[in-house]
Amino acid sequence: MSTATVEEKVVVKKSEPLFSKKNRALVSNPLDIDNPVTVQVLGICSALAVTTQMKPAFVMTIGLTVVAASSSVAISFLRNTIPSRIRIIVQLAVVSLWVIMVDQLLKAYVYDVSKQLTVFVGLIITNCIVMGRLEAFAMGNKPWPSFMDGLGNGLGYGLILMSIAFGREFLGSGSIFGYKVFAELGIPYQGNGLLLFPAGACILLGIIIWIQRTLNGFREAH
Amino acid sequence: MRQSNTYIILYAAAITFVCGGLLAFAAVSLKDRQDANVALEQKKNILSSAISLKEGDDINAIYADQVNGFVLDVDGNVKEGMSPVQVIIAREYKKAPKDRLLPVYEFRSKEDSSKIEYAVMPVYGFGLWNNIWGFVAVKSDFNTIQGVRFSHAGETPGLGARIDSDEVQDRFKGKTLFDNGTLKYVTIQKGEGVDYSDEPHKVDGMSGATLTGKGVNNMLVDYLSCYEKYLKKNAAANQ
Repeated sequence: MSTATVEEKVVVKKSEPLFSKKNRALVSNPLDIDNPVTVQVLGICSALAVTTQMKPAFVMTIGLTVVAASSSVAISFLRNTIPSRIRIIVQLAVVSLWVIMVDQLLKAYVYDVSKQLTVFVGLIITNCIVMGRLEAFAMGNKPWPSFMDGLGNGLGYGLILMSIAFGREFLGSGSIFGYKVFAELGIPYQGNGLLLFPAGACILLGIIIWIQRTLNGFREAH
Repeated sequence: MRQSNTYIILYAAAITFVCGGLLAFAAVSLKDRQDANVALEQKKNILSSAISLKEGDDINAIYADQVNGFVLDVDGNVKEGMSPVQVIIAREYKKAPKDRLLPVYEFRSKEDSSKIEYAVMPVYGFGLWNNIWGFVAVKSDFNTIQGVRFSHAGETPGLGARIDSDEVQDRFKGKTLFDNGTLKYVTIQKGEGVDYSDEPHKVDGMSGATLTGKGVNNMLVDYLSCYEKYLKKNAAANQ
């Protein structure tokens, strides 16, 4: 029996409907009260790296969600056979498999997008959220809840990513999804260069965490 | 049993085998499509450095119709029996400039196929973080820049990565490479928003991306110097 891996075990009864309250919570919690970026503070590195523009952030969101959900399912199917001593490397192998698959498919079918993202897609492998969810959830739960959990965390990550990317692209370059908003409205706007640097993302992320914690009444445990 | 060494080794071997197999299968079965994408992208870049393409243009047809590619040595002589497809620029870039194989793509006029409209030369260099590359198209005087196309592997998004945007690339249009027969190149300046329309060798810079700009400048010097003899020869012939 693997030890530390089952801490978040959710008991799912056989007769439980697919979209039971518990299962829906697996998707909705990571969007807010259990957000992987702002609450668990995982995946910060890429949240800073890919958020200068909204388009790469959007594709990164989809990529990470697909990888997190499908690796969770794969690991969940294998969970009873994986030897605990090599479980991390097995998880890593499965995640890399999916990431490279996604990368190859992007290259073959949406070459334009893959050109923008090559480096970032590879970085999904090292994203703490994916491995974190595998280790904390998929190793101890059935495939369906694991899928929901992976999906929720991917989307939760994406939500923050898109919020930061919106702030950075809008204030930094004066555009949204590459569409020059200020120029179209005829308002002269000098982009704020600070927001295009990682420091700008850090500040925005800090503000988002602040707002979210205030709204949720979060207290640091002492 | 699950903790025994034999089980672990067998498990690891099986995972490796399955993952490796799936990846190999994906790579092989998607390779043709990916290669076609890369080749099409190359043609698209060559074409769009010189002419403006519309959505839905048949890139392969226009390319086959108008573009004639061949390979030069540094003295401007055509290497017989070589096609630009065989030349991998990233590999040539590592060689000493005098040993490089230099592809050129000449655009023939639609009306008179003996007339060269534009000549497109590939360039390759290093930006701030990683390699940068592109194409420079000159007009039939082999001096005035018709257009440029740059791509990059890892310049900072929003800063140096702007070299692949039309906004920055359009700044090169109409600049000239030679000044009274000496190769002066074109140089991206530091700072942004300055009007260089009277200065044929200066290009407005990118704010926050001075080092990528320097990389582009070095690339242009490094590569265009290799094409100097070819450019001069044709400029003289076309006068």
